[in-house]
Amino acid sequence: MTLSYVRTIDAPKLPAPTSTSGLLAKLRDRFAPTPLSGLGTIIIALFLGWAFWSIFQWAIINAVWTAADREPCNAAGAGACWPFVQAKALQWVYGFYPIAERWRPNTIFLLGGLSMAGLLIPKIPYKGWNALFFFIAFPIIAYVLLTGGRFGLEAVGTEQWGGLLVTLIVAITGIVASLPLGILLALGRRSEMPVVRTLCTGFIEIVRGVPLITVLFMASVMFPLFMPPGINPDKLLKALVGVGLFSAAYMAEVVRGGLQAIPKGQYEASMAVGLSYWRMMLLVVMPQALKVVIPGIVNSFISLFKDTSLVSIIGIFDLFNIVQSGFNDAKWASAQTGNTGYFALALIYWAFCFSMSRYSQFIERKLNTGYTR
Amino acid sequence: MDQSAVVMKSVNKWYGQFHVLRDINLDVKKGERIVICGPSGSGKSTMIRCINRLEEHQQGDIVVDGIPLTTNLKNIDDVRREVGMVFQHFNLFPHLTVLENCTLAPMWVRKEPKAQAEETAMKFLTRVKIPEQALKYPGQLSGGQQQRVAIARALCMNPKIMLFDEPTSALDPEMIKEVLDVMVDLAQGGMTMLCVTHEMAFARQVANRVIFMDQGQIVEQNEPNEFFLNPKSPRTKLFLEQILH
Repeated sequence: MTLSYVRTIDAPKLPAPTSTSGLLAKLRDRFAPTPLSGLGTIIIALFLGWAFWSIFQWAIINAVWTAADREPCNAAGAGACWPFVQAKALQWVYGFYPIAERWRPNTIFLLGGLSMAGLLIPKIPYKGWNALFFFIAFPIIAYVLLTGGRFGLEAVGTEQWGGLLVTLIVAITGIVASLPLGILLALGRRSEMPVVRTLCTGFIEIVRGVPLITVLFMASVMFPLFMPPGINPDKLLKALVGVGLFSAAYMAEVVRGGLQAIPKGQYEASMAVGLSYWRMMLLVVMPQALKVVIPGIVNSFISLFKDTSLVSIIGIFDLFNIVQSGFNDAKWASAQTGNTGYFALALIYWAFCFSMSRYSQFIERKLNTGYTR
Repeated sequence: MDQSAVVMKSVNKWYGQFHVLRDINLDVKKGERIVICGPSGSGKSTMIRCINRLEEHQQGDIVVDGIPLTTNLKNIDDVRREVGMVFQHFNLFPHLTVLENCTLAPMWVRKEPKAQAEETAMKFLTRVKIPEQALKYPGQLSGGQQQRVAIARALCMNPKIMLFDEPTSALDPEMIKEVLDVMVDLAQGGMTMLCVTHEMAFARQVANRVIFMDQGQIVEQNEPNEFFLNPKSPRTKLFLEQILH
């Protein structure tokens, strides 16, 4: 039986589809799926090539590698002035910390680095003891050792501290203080008690509404005006408090975002098994809420790390300030000194921030328990 | 000795203007197994959630195992130790393993040592037939398995009363039976149970009493055979016709 609607002759053959496998196909798929996007690829590639080549020329090919002073860097067509960085490197790390006493910051770098590594690398045991050391003992040791004036150590005022030492002190103090404070503020803002809620909301909104520079100025210039004469806390201490409170307000809102992502059922299940409010928060809600907002938390940490450069405004010689102040050194001031200094500065900040970013991605992967909401 | 596990006297509750519970009177004897059914929005979940104070009632008295539920926080804590609850959406803690889900409350609320809490947890995980999943995370289990873990988690606190809030409603049909089997086993062990469920076969098999609620009221209650074969109120009849076909 033949059906009138069934074809008896073959339809004309269509040309074979363009290949979707093999290296060429992949390249075409990624870089030039249409002529227009191919053109875009070429333009972007040319721009990137030009940019990288310019930087490469400046930083490597035309760069001055050895010099006793600024002369070679001042020559026409000279690139980066690396001898300047070499000459200033130790100052960038320690600031004006007395040279004979540099073993003290070195000890602190070593202790801090080791215990931080112990906390951050999941495989290393004794997390509890390590945390106890890092959060309680280490700040005390650092304070005693760096300020001195006790146990036969020469006193070194904070005005002599500087460079990476100060940047790390401000950043780490800010990071370590802002997370717990931020968590408390976030819980307070969601509290059912009106006084707590109003206070926390008020603090967050006021601090978030003000630039960090203003907070630092208020702390260093206005705050002493309200204090009885003779009482003027240390400048660095005031900056630390300012930065810590400022980032806590931001952190609070990040954490609150995480709290809002936790389903009501988690609270109900915790209450149903009899957990108290604080245990519920500590054991059930916070571990999940913080995991959700790891990207936001690290975002805050990174922005805090870079914002530490603002303390230079109130005359603290952090890394940024000390690098910049070196530009005026009569021995090294040249056309390329500033460029080189800022370039090196950018690389240093980038290295720290990129490490934080990568570490957070690692932790996110590690904490994934296969549960999606 | 008082034989009542839960007593509710003239309990009323409003959500704003909406009257969710109207004059609820209920006396649950120890060891009694009660199934509560009714159309959605009839207040059945709200009623059992009042028993462990996930919802607050505004009028009337609720006494659980001799402890009156008032604003006294200590009483609320005491009641929650005696009452286990299983939810429609399991509400397992996704960041903890199955075993940790089961040991969390015993360790932190009852202060049991870890080894003892784990032993108890394994006992109940065996009872709900998933001891081999103990080290997995909830996200790696099927719905039926998760609900059985949720039952084990509640049992680890050695509750005297178990509340089930539509425990099978969020499950795929082929997983309902494994959860009901565990509940039947629990019922046969003499646990006092209040179940909000539409599993009428389960009601016939284990319930001492079936309660029908509508518009915040207990419309009718009876032992299961009489309830299903001979419903008194027209609203109950209509509801049973709709769900039994």
